[in-house]
Amino acid sequence: MNQAPEFSLTRDAFGRLVMTSVLGEVCVGVLPVRSFPITAPNEALALVGPHGEELAWIDQLDAQPESVRTLIAEELAAREFMPEIVSILSVSGFGTPSTWDIETDRGATHLTLRGEEYIRRLSGGGLLITDRFGIQFLIPNLNALDRQSRQLLDRFL
Amino acid sequence: MNRSTIPNAVDPPFKTGEEALAVLHTDLDERLCFGAGRVVVTGTRILALSPGDTVWRSWTLRASLRLERRDHAGVASLELLDLKGRLALWRYTLAQQDEAGRLVGVFERQSAPQSTVAFDDRLLDSAALDDALGADEEAQTPPSTWSLLRLGRFARPYRTELALGLLLTLATTAATMVPPYLTMPLMDEVLIPYQNGRPIDPDQVQGYLWGLLAAALLAWVLGWARTWLLARVSERIGADLRTAAFAHLQSLSLEYFGSKRTGDLIARIGNESDRICVFLSLHLLDFTNDVLMILMTAAILVSIDPKLALVTLVPLPFIAWTIHLVRDRLRHGFEKVDRNWGEINNVLTDTIPGIRVVKAFAQENREIARFRAANDRNLAVNDRVNRVWSLFSPTVTLMTELGLLVVWATGIWQVANDRITVGVLAAFLAYIGRFYIRLDSMSRIVSLTQKAAAGAKRIFDILDHVSSVPDPVSPVACGDQKGRLTGHIQIRGIGFRYGHRAVIRGVDLDIAPGQMIGLVGHSGSGKSTLVNLICRFHDVSEGAILVDGVDIRRYALSDYRRNIGLVLQEPFLFFGTIAENIAYGCPQATRTEIVKAARAARAHEFILRLPHGYDSVVGERGQALSGGERQRISIARALLIDPRVLILDEATSSVDTTTEIEIQQALENLIRGRTTIAVAHRLSTLRRADRLVVLDRGVVVEEGGHDELMRRDGAYRKLYDAQARQAANEAALESAAAAVAAAASVAAASAAVATAAAVSEPTIAALHQAAHLTGAVLAAASESASAPTAATFNTAASQPQKSLPEEVR
Repeated sequence: MNQAPEFSLTRDAFGRLVMTSVLGEVCVGVLPVRSFPITAPNEALALVGPHGEELAWIDQLDAQPESVRTLIAEELAAREFMPEIVSILSVSGFGTPSTWDIETDRGATHLTLRGEEYIRRLSGGGLLITDRFGIQFLIPNLNALDRQSRQLLDRFL
Repeated sequence: MNRSTIPNAVDPPFKTGEEALAVLHTDLDERLCFGAGRVVVTGTRILALSPGDTVWRSWTLRASLRLERRDHAGVASLELLDLKGRLALWRYTLAQQDEAGRLVGVFERQSAPQSTVAFDDRLLDSAALDDALGADEEAQTPPSTWSLLRLGRFARPYRTELALGLLLTLATTAATMVPPYLTMPLMDEVLIPYQNGRPIDPDQVQGYLWGLLAAALLAWVLGWARTWLLARVSERIGADLRTAAFAHLQSLSLEYFGSKRTGDLIARIGNESDRICVFLSLHLLDFTNDVLMILMTAAILVSIDPKLALVTLVPLPFIAWTIHLVRDRLRHGFEKVDRNWGEINNVLTDTIPGIRVVKAFAQENREIARFRAANDRNLAVNDRVNRVWSLFSPTVTLMTELGLLVVWATGIWQVANDRITVGVLAAFLAYIGRFYIRLDSMSRIVSLTQKAAAGAKRIFDILDHVSSVPDPVSPVACGDQKGRLTGHIQIRGIGFRYGHRAVIRGVDLDIAPGQMIGLVGHSGSGKSTLVNLICRFHDVSEGAILVDGVDIRRYALSDYRRNIGLVLQEPFLFFGTIAENIAYGCPQATRTEIVKAARAARAHEFILRLPHGYDSVVGERGQALSGGERQRISIARALLIDPRVLILDEATSSVDTTTEIEIQQALENLIRGRTTIAVAHRLSTLRRADRLVVLDRGVVVEEGGHDELMRRDGAYRKLYDAQARQAANEAALESAAAAVAAAASVAAASAAVATAAAVSEPTIAALHQAAHLTGAVLAAASESASAPTAATFNTAASQPQKSLPEEVR
């Protein structure tokens, strides 16, 4: 598909993204949304308006001009929150609910697992763990964890 | 709970007399890394400390300042804005959501004092409610590993039987201890003297042999009584456990069922309770027996010869150690096996109800593959468990053999030195044989205990789950003496989220008793969720729903729901007769009442056409009923309990328009005199509504009568136009069909075709008239078949329009 820029993006004083289409239509408060955040994060992005209507479609993020890419990356970085678990330090118990002390790529924190069914297996050996408050923690590759973390985690799988 | 890892080292730089009115502990920084910060609102300022910072920033409160809260995927942000732009942005996880809500509330009260009353009211309300519900989030602590001990709760009613069982066990074990003891005198006083040339004394031998027989018979009788008694008790404990788990399951909220899979729940309540039952009746009994036997044997051995007894007991610690070593690993293994078993069940419960889809898309092989994958995982887990397990048993046997070897060696040496007699050694060997056999079987109990414990844990997981829709500790009496409410519903600023998705935001509604409200909106706009909140299937996250002026969370759940009649899109009929299904909400209803309800629901006639009338069996494998028929039965069901509040959740969405008309007529009877909330996708079904509420993405966007909303030319108008166009097309097709049906009269046919033509190419304005109500149009269209004049149609279709000019503002 033709990836000629069909729009331009800027950021206003309120920190919102402003999209101007080639026809000159201006939309304030545009949000980039990944269609496949886990399986194909850099493909198939949509720019949606404040009411959730789709304004533009981006097949490949890499094919976009630098400025657009940076703005989208910034906006996504500020919206996307899926900390990757680097290691599990301790768990409060092997029954659920269980509180885990974990180290993530975004710093140390706790998570409360409400039940084993909140651990979702991803294709490709990863796990997605949803905590009590709906925060999703990602383990991209189970085998990449250290031994202790794996052993702790194993009790829940 | 504060997720912060950095202690709050810096105190806010308050001026004198300034104090914090609300604090938000932010737990993320701007790049969404975990880190503790704070936002504080005082009487005059907002102060904020960013994560990792030591310097506070501050803004003086002024009218142009705004705080905005939003959230996405578990992360919320709070923005401080003025007219020119964004001044600051803080981020936090939803764990801090309540604090943030309070902070924004306080902030708004500071900058707009006129709204104080409403806010105070709301804050007080929620605080008082937490007390009333005894809500304590931290109460959800993990259950202890010794889940089996918790079965004591279920054993308590059978105390006497259990005590008696224990006594019998003691007696049985004692009886089995006698024979080896008698080998001692038999050896020393009879056999060995005979070898040394002394004749055998028949009386003496007879005495011993009778003793042996008596002991064996006694052990047999006692063992029988014991096993029978304890098996009975354990079977009852298992049954109680199963019922308790099911009863508790019924009390859990819809949210719980949404998050669990059916297969898993079935496995838990069915298989696990059975496993526990078998464990209690067989294995635990054996175990007690074993322990008693070991203790008695040890005591007897020590009493005969302490030194040899000591040697005999040497392998015991080793075996204990082996058991301990394997125990943990086995338990995890068995837990895994159980979980996988649930997984297999899940595949089954997914596939069997969805079999039509599977077959239609020819995906049988894919489902087989999915099942095989689950099964393979089960196999892999089992293999791992078996690897440990298979090593375990032979090891214990080896230890036993080694133990016997030690006893033989020591015994022979002792006999050679004349320290003990041959009889003593023989008795020791007889005892020790049993002793070690018991140890071996005791080691087996490890795996069984672990299995049962894992099962118990999984059942207690259900039993421990506190309903997210708890019954209040001291409920408020619901309505009048008969428990009937008047049906005045007030919805005050409610919000609700599913996980981290906000589904309902800041909805306010007031529904007078007897009023009918239509909830309108695109699918996913939160209509059904709002209805679920009113039924209290879920509890609101913010705000409150009041019925007759009392928060619904203060009513006892069952009392409250007794006042609610619910008609769903997919009517669910239980396996049973039609009469039973109609009387579901009120099992003591008389036959007259049932027939009356069925009549009012327009179900009476079709029920009479069934071969067994009201006694026809419906539900799974029962009489096949059409969607409309089932729906009318469910309407009769709602009618029978005579609810004050009636909820129609897409009651007519899954049926065709002709059936819809029938159902509509049934509904008319149901609606009369009740507070009604109707959710409908098809706007035509809401013609009787006093007021329409248009929802969009969880927010009320419009509210008012049909005509008013049409004039406003907003969201409702858009929805309406879209449907009108579709309805007109359908109507055109249907009236064309009607024309064919009425072809006997040429005049009739031409009139109908004219009708069809008139409908198929009108202006939008004409469409509003023509398709004001699908039902009306259809009624008109079918009328045009019998009395087909264009005039008939036009009158019917333009009726609603007459009211228009009167109401123009």
